[in-house]
Amino acid sequence: MSRNVSIKYALDWTTVIFYVILVVMGWLSIYGASYNFDQSDIFDWEQRAGKQFIWILTAFVLGGVLLLLDYKIYNYFAYIFYGAVLLLLIFTIFAPSSIVPDIKGSRSWIVLGPVSFQPAELAKIATALVLAKFMSAYNFKLKNWKDLLPLALLIFIPFSLIILQKETGSALIFVSFLLMFYREGMKGIVLLIGVYAIILFVVVIKFSIIPLQPEGATLGIILAMGIIVLTQFVYAFFYVKNRKEALIFLLGIIVIAGLSVLLHQWIPLNYNFVALFLVVISCIYWIFVELFNRFRKYWYIVSISLAAALFSFSSDYLFNKMLESHQQIRIKVLLNMEEDLIGAGYNVNQSKIAIGSGGLWGKGFLNGTQTKLKYVPEQDTDFIFCTVGEEHGFWGSTLVLVIFWLLLMRLLRIAERQREVFNRVYAYSVVSILFFHLMINIGMVLGLMPVIGIPLPFFSYGGSSLWGFTMLLFILLRLDASRLERLT
Amino acid sequence: MINDTLQNRRYVIAIIISVVLGIFILRLFSLQIFESKYKEGADSNAFLKKTLFPSRGLIYDRNHTLLVYNKPAYDITLILREIRDLDTLAFCKAMNIDKSYFINRIAEIKDRKKNLGYSSYTPQIFMTQLNIEDIATIQQSMYKFPGFYVQKRTLREYAFSGAAHVLGSIGEVSQKRIENDNYYKSGDYIGRDGVEYTYEKILRGTKGIEILLRDAKGRIKGKYENGAKDIASKAGENLTLTLDIQLQVLGEKLMTGKIGSIVAIEPQTGEILAMVSNPAFNPSLLVGRQRSKNYSELLHDPEKPLMNRATQAQYSPGSTFKLIQALVHQQLGGINEVTRYSCNGLASSPIRCTHSHGSPVGLLNAIEQSCNPYFWNAFKSSVEKDGYGQKNMLFKKNYTDWRNTIMSFGFGKKIDDSDIYEQVRGNIPSENFYNRCYGETGWRAITIRSLSIGQGEVLVTPLQLANSAAAIANQGYYISPHLNKNDSMQKKIHHTLVEKKYFLIVIEGMSRVFEYGTARASRIEGLEMFGKTGTVENSRGKNHSIFMGFAPRENPKIAIAVVVENAGYGSVYAAPIFSLLVEQYIKGKIERVELQERITKIVTNTNVKER
Repeated sequence: MSRNVSIKYALDWTTVIFYVILVVMGWLSIYGASYNFDQSDIFDWEQRAGKQFIWILTAFVLGGVLLLLDYKIYNYFAYIFYGAVLLLLIFTIFAPSSIVPDIKGSRSWIVLGPVSFQPAELAKIATALVLAKFMSAYNFKLKNWKDLLPLALLIFIPFSLIILQKETGSALIFVSFLLMFYREGMKGIVLLIGVYAIILFVVVIKFSIIPLQPEGATLGIILAMGIIVLTQFVYAFFYVKNRKEALIFLLGIIVIAGLSVLLHQWIPLNYNFVALFLVVISCIYWIFVELFNRFRKYWYIVSISLAAALFSFSSDYLFNKMLESHQQIRIKVLLNMEEDLIGAGYNVNQSKIAIGSGGLWGKGFLNGTQTKLKYVPEQDTDFIFCTVGEEHGFWGSTLVLVIFWLLLMRLLRIAERQREVFNRVYAYSVVSILFFHLMINIGMVLGLMPVIGIPLPFFSYGGSSLWGFTMLLFILLRLDASRLERLT
Repeated sequence: MINDTLQNRRYVIAIIISVVLGIFILRLFSLQIFESKYKEGADSNAFLKKTLFPSRGLIYDRNHTLLVYNKPAYDITLILREIRDLDTLAFCKAMNIDKSYFINRIAEIKDRKKNLGYSSYTPQIFMTQLNIEDIATIQQSMYKFPGFYVQKRTLREYAFSGAAHVLGSIGEVSQKRIENDNYYKSGDYIGRDGVEYTYEKILRGTKGIEILLRDAKGRIKGKYENGAKDIASKAGENLTLTLDIQLQVLGEKLMTGKIGSIVAIEPQTGEILAMVSNPAFNPSLLVGRQRSKNYSELLHDPEKPLMNRATQAQYSPGSTFKLIQALVHQQLGGINEVTRYSCNGLASSPIRCTHSHGSPVGLLNAIEQSCNPYFWNAFKSSVEKDGYGQKNMLFKKNYTDWRNTIMSFGFGKKIDDSDIYEQVRGNIPSENFYNRCYGETGWRAITIRSLSIGQGEVLVTPLQLANSAAAIANQGYYISPHLNKNDSMQKKIHHTLVEKKYFLIVIEGMSRVFEYGTARASRIEGLEMFGKTGTVENSRGKNHSIFMGFAPRENPKIAIAVVVENAGYGSVYAAPIFSLLVEQYIKGKIERVELQERITKIVTNTNVKER
């Protein structure tokens, strides 16, 4: 009994309240999304809202149970839990299709009679715990290669197993741990390089269809090279503050570019290679600057520039060879390169229409016509946010985003008040996972991200994902509550 | 323990989160308040994708006679939300249905367990596959019933009442297939069996899409962008089969009242000229609204009319197998053209002879007289030629050689490069099989003696039997039997493991079967035919009557296998059927009308229904 009392005081009730608000809003949205005028009982077991009600009740029970368990077990059993989940993932790949049916091309659901769940949900939690365990070891240092390699492996194994189940969306979530690594000491440049790579990729792909010359130059590559050179200038001018050298550099680049355009009158030049040549020349220039100034900061930008140039030239190839055709189309739709209103573009277009039609105040609860007409596919799972947008308008959707924001900020606060590294690492993992889900899902619904089928935390229909997020959150709450237990 | 500089990074993370959510809110602002494009677009319009169904490819026989074509059919669909002030009685009268049917049907449509994609806003199928006469009257009064629509589809129509097993049928696509193949939607038709199944992708064509705009109340407002985004449907390709419909019809006629099958192949191309399986049914039984009723009736008929006996029934080949044995034993060195064995007729041991003839016999006479002791001794000689060896290893090796050589004629396996979807393997028992039955060293030539005369564990399908007749006619190879008259199918050539030189004597023996042997009565003047009768003992009643053969000798045009179940002697039932089919195919008409009528009238099984 004494533990129960202490839990009541130590529990972070603010988080619990946000959690309950989100779950209930999700439930009402599911009711709205699958609402049919003929059958209107929110508790009807045959309907999705009725089923979700059961999932919510059981999730509350699950959360309660997690709070009553000893906080130490998460630390003790992290590896065992992780191992068990890996076995489950492997089982899912090889299990007969009576247990693991093929659902829309992916084999990721274990179906046992009326109950079905996705082991990938557990994999997120298990990986978060095992990372916390590994990184809380006494002499762990993120900058040590010896420590970094097993760390990468711990993420890579479940990641690739989930890829093998053809659940690319769930697998992408594992990228979110980078945010946690950043907090734990990973160099910030890694995140910047990630953003830089995405920008270059988008530029190359988006403008690759515009041929500039019969020789085969494309606007995409030339723009990418331009971005690289510009980055060098900005770095030198604003960061290193070698103002004179930077201006000479800019002048030189303009002169060479102009000369090559002139030269093109007599000799046919492929501008793609002219642009590449410019990048190489500029790299040589910075090496000279560095040698004369005995200033070691340019190594960074030179190696990043060369890698970026190589990446830009291979982007096209990566895009066409590494991605499957439906993934290519999704990205092209996002970049407005293809309209495809029947196929991949249909979802996003209908989703935007549904949200757009909500206006400022929305059409009112259960009055959304777009979702009723079943124009938006997956409207109670991945596209649930559409219903919020249509029925509750700008203010309703903003409110939901604000509550998510408050929850994440609260979790950041919780994370920072942990004294144990284990707890802090786990807390940051939770923040990262929730944030990535939110970013990818809402981004998709709003047409800012490619269509990647992952659920919106606490909102989307389905027991598997609701239970997964509940476990993720309540393990953190239990760990957080232990900070008082230790004092007393 | 806590690193102070790293602690500040929480602000960076908080900023990243806030910026992303801020971008989302800005995007919401632009979608919902700033841009009127989406708002207006959605307030008044939504897309309705209407499927345009392609017409399915036609099917022809080898002489370009049309076998299968399309007829229009109509579905009545309804959108529940749009139904207003329905006069149920008038509606039922117009549709020619009773009120209870109407009530049941509406309940079924609303039942989400049975109708997964149900929405009261989208078209639901109320009645399917009405024919043009029905619809003509219904159409007149359609305006009185808002919410009900007529949708055009196509159904199959058959020019002949036969070849049901070859042609197959189309039916509504299964839920499982819909989940695995994006092309199909609930209610679509798909080839279920026969060539309709095998060539589904060719025959079906490609569906088109018409994008219509509709307002929030569900009313159609016209085409989206004036049809610029529509995709026209593409009709399916036509299919020319290898069948000769005249021969097929004759074959089916001859099998009336009997259970069994006929397969006729053109040896030089592997093209199937006729494939008969009886009891059969009229393919038009499986079309339209009566499909499910008829299907279940056929399914529960104890004589199994749905089964394609030509490829799915397996029989012991009996004496017809002696032809293959004669070839294989020569190749394996068990016998040669001068080998003679004595025959004591009924007194022979361990297998008695069922015919009386001179003794000793050579290979030619043995085929002509179907001498059991000869083939037992030849079999023994082949598999025991190196003795037994340690642990019977030498014997088993020779047995496996024998089996492989037999299988090179296409026995004991599905012909998997064929385009026939329903096939069974048949059986040429393996060494392992006998090891399991009798133990590693527990079996010898004498144990498996019935193989030598095509009885016992050996099982073949009529298709395999006809195919082996084609291989003999070709003197050493066969082309995988197939139904699509497409040149690429003819490249699938398989050589037997028996050399060409061994065939001549066997073919000579097959000729003698017609001159002096069991098929004397089925001769045709001026047309040399080659064959072998079989009378197969079986556990289910009278012997099966079997025949395999081909004609003529040079440039063989047709190879046939005939099986008549539980009829009696091969010479009495199967041989005349063979003879009549050859006459029809080579001479183009039947001159022996009496024989044809006599065979047609024979009823060997009174349970066979004419459908």
